[in-house]
Amino acid sequence: MDVFGSFALVLAFVCAVYAFGGGIAAIFTRHPLLIKSTRQAGMATCGLIFLATFSLEYLFFSDNFSNAYVVAHSNRDLSTFYKIAALWSGQEGSLLFWSFLLAVYVLSVLITYRNKNGELMPYVGVVMAGVQIFFLTLNNFVASPFKALASPGADGVMNYVARADGSGLNPLLQYPEMVIHPPNLYSGYTGFTIPFAFALGALLARYPGEKWIHLTRKWTMIAWMFQSMGILLGAHWAYAVLGWGGYWGWDPVENASFLPWLTGTAFLHSVMMQEKRGMMKVWNVWLVFCTFLLCILGTFLTRSGIVSSVHAFAQSSIGSWFVGFLVLIIAVCFGAYLKNRDYLKSENQLDSIVSRESSFLFNNLILLVSCVAILSGTLFPVFSEWITGDRISVGAPFFNKVNIPTGLLLLFLTGVGPLLAWRKTSKESLKRNFGWPLGIGLAAGVVALIFGFREIYSWVCLILCVFVASTVGLEFYRGAKVIRARSGASYLASAVDLTMRNTRRYGGYIVHMGMVFVFIGLAGTAFNRDLQKDMRPGQTMQIGTYTLLLQGFDTKAEKNYTAQRMLVEVLRDNKPVMMLYPEKRHFSTNEQNGTMVAIYSTLKEDLYVVYAGDSPETQLPVLHAYLNPLVKWIWLGGAVVVLGTLVAMLPNRRAVLVLAGAQQPAAQPLTHGLTPSVTLREGHD
Amino acid sequence: MQKQAKFGVGIGVIVAAMGFLAWLGYGESKTYYHTIAELPTLTGAAKSQRMRVGGTVAPGSIHRLSGRIDFVLEGEGKTLPVSYIGNDPLPDTFVDKSQALVEGHPSPDGRFVAEVVQAKCASKYEAAPGGSGGAAASSTQRSSM
Repeated sequence: MDVFGSFALVLAFVCAVYAFGGGIAAIFTRHPLLIKSTRQAGMATCGLIFLATFSLEYLFFSDNFSNAYVVAHSNRDLSTFYKIAALWSGQEGSLLFWSFLLAVYVLSVLITYRNKNGELMPYVGVVMAGVQIFFLTLNNFVASPFKALASPGADGVMNYVARADGSGLNPLLQYPEMVIHPPNLYSGYTGFTIPFAFALGALLARYPGEKWIHLTRKWTMIAWMFQSMGILLGAHWAYAVLGWGGYWGWDPVENASFLPWLTGTAFLHSVMMQEKRGMMKVWNVWLVFCTFLLCILGTFLTRSGIVSSVHAFAQSSIGSWFVGFLVLIIAVCFGAYLKNRDYLKSENQLDSIVSRESSFLFNNLILLVSCVAILSGTLFPVFSEWITGDRISVGAPFFNKVNIPTGLLLLFLTGVGPLLAWRKTSKESLKRNFGWPLGIGLAAGVVALIFGFREIYSWVCLILCVFVASTVGLEFYRGAKVIRARSGASYLASAVDLTMRNTRRYGGYIVHMGMVFVFIGLAGTAFNRDLQKDMRPGQTMQIGTYTLLLQGFDTKAEKNYTAQRMLVEVLRDNKPVMMLYPEKRHFSTNEQNGTMVAIYSTLKEDLYVVYAGDSPETQLPVLHAYLNPLVKWIWLGGAVVVLGTLVAMLPNRRAVLVLAGAQQPAAQPLTHGLTPSVTLREGHD
Repeated sequence: MQKQAKFGVGIGVIVAAMGFLAWLGYGESKTYYHTIAELPTLTGAAKSQRMRVGGTVAPGSIHRLSGRIDFVLEGEGKTLPVSYIGNDPLPDTFVDKSQALVEGHPSPDGRFVAEVVQAKCASKYEAAPGGSGGAAASSTQRSSM
């Protein structure tokens, strides 16, 4: 299987090179057979990458301990679930996994558009093949996961060696989230390749501007959705596994995943300016370029350890490959832009500062400011070393100082932007759309003040959350009321109908609502509390309204590890609520330890309990309890964001309108029902 | 022209405000990286800066005392005694021979007072041929992949 897998990878590389070179030839010659054969080479590349990935997974499942990668990341007792995840637990495997996911996207694109957009597709195919060549080069020649263990025999000839068992998977990765977080994040990283390929292809082909944007919208949203899920699942993993009570620490790897999300979000918004008003063409193309560059940079930061590592640069040679690839992409993007920039001329200018255009402009500005701040903070150690010779890093205060205000401004625009008219908004419309929400938001602020709310950022966040939620609610209510007046259905059914008629607009609102939930959760951070105590069985500890009673300990032997558990009873007002079992796990295969946090989660707050080892003086076990308000809203918000994105990807439902028209008395013209209702303001999405 | 000026002012205000905040945050949180060998050569203000030092935990040097944990970091043939005074429990990966990154200040008596300790997994077994396993070691305590 080693040989099979590496052979499939080499063949995939050859096919990708053909898809790239042949594709360029096809663009110049326009020979139909050449175009067809390069497309098929692209598909073959993907199929071969699938084969290679499955054969590595087969090595894991067959406990083949002659393969170096399997030895380093698995062992016999590892459960099936984690043998799947072991694929992406190390350098070589995760790079193969990158190629695998990219192949899924590339194959979908090639199949979806095989008979469409004949002008553009050869260009797109070449760009996609180019990216695949880079990763296949790494898979084949730099970090092959198919290396077999071998050692020289007495005669100096290398012989295959098989171990009895592997070293096991890193305990930190043996959690359910680790099985789903990397695939999501990687699907995001790889997915942005598709809009990049279309943007670069369209620029090179001088393809009419709005068309590529229509084509890529769904692909961008799929990538964006996976990126969002990946980031949140990563945060949840950090929260549930690392046992420090938080979910986001501005770690370079976290930042790396956040950067393309910021530019991707900016892109999803600013394309609307191009669709509706023919503006921002240069900006949009560069946003896609930057998003893709940041995806590659993110993979590079994650894989090379250039920033977080103790010994920077010492880990592997992989970093220089990525730097080279980044430089190459920048050069290609610049070249394409300089050659064809006349085709990106704007058709309109900004009319008014109180308009949809300007809200998009500021939305983009803020996202970009945030992105630049995080990027410079993350790379600060590298650049400061180049410039001053001192390696200086910046910590959480730097990131928070910039990103809390930008986040709040963005939240404000989330509420305001969608309700502003294109070109210019009248005073009456401002009053009608924002009067109530602003009033409700401020009222909530006053109530919070009375109840002793004193954290300024959280307070502003609360007002804005209520404001944005009210604007979104009002939009649904108004639209549903119109439909209800006609159909007589309930408000809920009318709201669903409304959403299905303009999925893009109302799906977007649902995403915004999800972001409000996320912000509610983030605002809770200001009120986190924690307490640590040495505990004897029978002793209690008080945190917030909860009493924690240590009932005792036990030891639980599992297949792959042994766990020591604290049995903690949670009481509230002297009534038992539930039992929590924080654990310390010992993995015998690799002599490593792991912590398992126990969490009692409600919408109001999380009670988060860690078995923090034994106290050196008293030899008693230490219980570390955190009370983190509103954290659950973040995960809930994430689910709503995903739901909204899925809704926004659905096609609009027009059939209902036609049917309604057909049921009108015959005297009425049939076309009447076909005209969409003006009150739904179709043009506003 | 007037419209353009309005946008210019708006953009300028936002960028300037964020720049100012970034500068504040930078001043508050900047941390220097030094190697163990560099520490004795620092003079003046450089000596009292917040800094990060990396090294390998000397086998058998971890002593858990009340209120602090003492250990010795080794690197480039030099050693550095460290006292960890933070509240958070040390990571599970912090054991003998693990690679650790400490953050804090050097004290006048030559000990390093750390407020934060990060540890990477101790290299498991002998390195597999072909250098695999490097990725596992490259993940610090808090990086996810």
